[in-house]
Amino acid sequence: MPKTFTEINEKISKRKAVVLTAEEVIQMAEEEGISKVAEKVDVVTTGTFGPMCSSGAFLNFGHTDPPIKMSEVWLNDVPAYGALAAVDAYIGATAISKTRGTNYGGAHVIEDMVRGKKIKLVAISNGTDCYPRKYVETYITLDNLNQAYLYNPRNAYQNYSAATNSSSKTIFTYMGILLPNFSNVTYCSAGQLSPLINDPCLRTIGIGTKLFLGGGIGYIAWEGTQYNTKRERTERGVPIGPGATLALIGDLKKMSSDYLRACVMYRYGVSLFVGIGIPIPILDEEMAYFVSIKDSEIYTDILDYSVESLSRPSYGRVNYQQLRSGSIELHGKKVQTASLSSYKKAREIAQILKSWIMTGHFTLVEPVERLPIEREFKQLQIIQEGSEN
Amino acid sequence: MAKGRFVLIFPPSLVEEPVTYHLVKDYGILINILRARITPKEEGRLVIEMSGNLEPAIKYLETQGVKVEPIAREILLDEELCIHCGACAGVCFPKALTIDTETWELKFNREKCTLCEFCLKACPVGAISSKF
Repeated sequence: MPKTFTEINEKISKRKAVVLTAEEVIQMAEEEGISKVAEKVDVVTTGTFGPMCSSGAFLNFGHTDPPIKMSEVWLNDVPAYGALAAVDAYIGATAISKTRGTNYGGAHVIEDMVRGKKIKLVAISNGTDCYPRKYVETYITLDNLNQAYLYNPRNAYQNYSAATNSSSKTIFTYMGILLPNFSNVTYCSAGQLSPLINDPCLRTIGIGTKLFLGGGIGYIAWEGTQYNTKRERTERGVPIGPGATLALIGDLKKMSSDYLRACVMYRYGVSLFVGIGIPIPILDEEMAYFVSIKDSEIYTDILDYSVESLSRPSYGRVNYQQLRSGSIELHGKKVQTASLSSYKKAREIAQILKSWIMTGHFTLVEPVERLPIEREFKQLQIIQEGSEN
Repeated sequence: MAKGRFVLIFPPSLVEEPVTYHLVKDYGILINILRARITPKEEGRLVIEMSGNLEPAIKYLETQGVKVEPIAREILLDEELCIHCGACAGVCFPKALTIDTETWELKFNREKCTLCEFCLKACPVGAISSKF
């Protein structure tokens, strides 16, 4: 019998919902079969904790007296975007400090705010009749802001390509340090625990979906940037490499530095580890089938990051069970593999979300609209001024 | 049997001498070379683990003109900061840093560490440092 969101939520409110993590459900599916999973399980929780550069936060500082229309804004010397209304700003995760360079950036400002630290705010303005002040220098804390919400345009990638380096020199990338001559392979996905891999066609995950974000509550605001449905898929419907993405929003004031962490990728720059967990309602057997996917059934390509082109050659296709084993075979040679996202944290997030649901604190939200079924990821063309096209 | 890690600094004149051979052959020292940077006509540096009767061996090295510095340096892992991603394990070839495939936690086996310090750069959250 298919279930509805409403029926599942009623069970959650009565604390009668059966909730498993995306790892736990694999075992159940193996032992009892998909039909039993559909029958017995109401919700499966997922989790991921990886560096997600396309993240940041909207902040409202409140007005000074006399007021200022902040045009350029710095938080702990990191530039924030101030070309919004007078005291609104957006701090992007990858912005870097004008005094400390890539050792400190927007992601660190966000983490420090969440940790309750004082942040130095400096802003300048030309001054207007209605906003006469031209300069402000003060300290803020997250608690004192009117609003502070994370708004991440691209999070929770549905799968991602693995990386290696065919060249003779070490390269430093957002996929970590890649040693010469195919000496290592890095990858970045929670695989069988990853949210969008467990609902590959986005049947239950859509605009308005409530989720775990950075230790607090968040929602899906929109399709993520670079959302791509055209990627080749496996028979289980999972794209081989980067597919769908999500734009997420959530109250920064409720988040925790346990699940929102600044990071520095050596000689690349600053990024933010974001913890995300999405509950998946087991509406029917198809959903039960989707969530029972395991690492050995999820594939990705190993791309050569030493090739300075968007179309990097692939050196083979592997599954996450192989990647997670610590080494894979590449060109007949055993090569060390390493993850950039934390599987331990992904597991923790799925467990926390499970406990929120089981104790009736977290109910599911049915999407108000589905995410696109068809979306092409277009390239930026270099067009000369005055050209025909 | 004593065991220790040392940096051996060779003057240019000694770089082409088979000093480690004598350590093994004449002094019965078990050696494990952790790092070596030896270029002819330049000072050479050898990071080495030695076990055996160390006193006469070190005396021999010193009479040859080799400077022997015991290593006090070590790699420190801040458990509070570590997020167990595994980025460090990916560049740790002696496999001192590994991710446990049961708990998915980072494990650090100091015995295997060769102090290459690749992990310092690889760690995205600054949880690894080195101490002298």
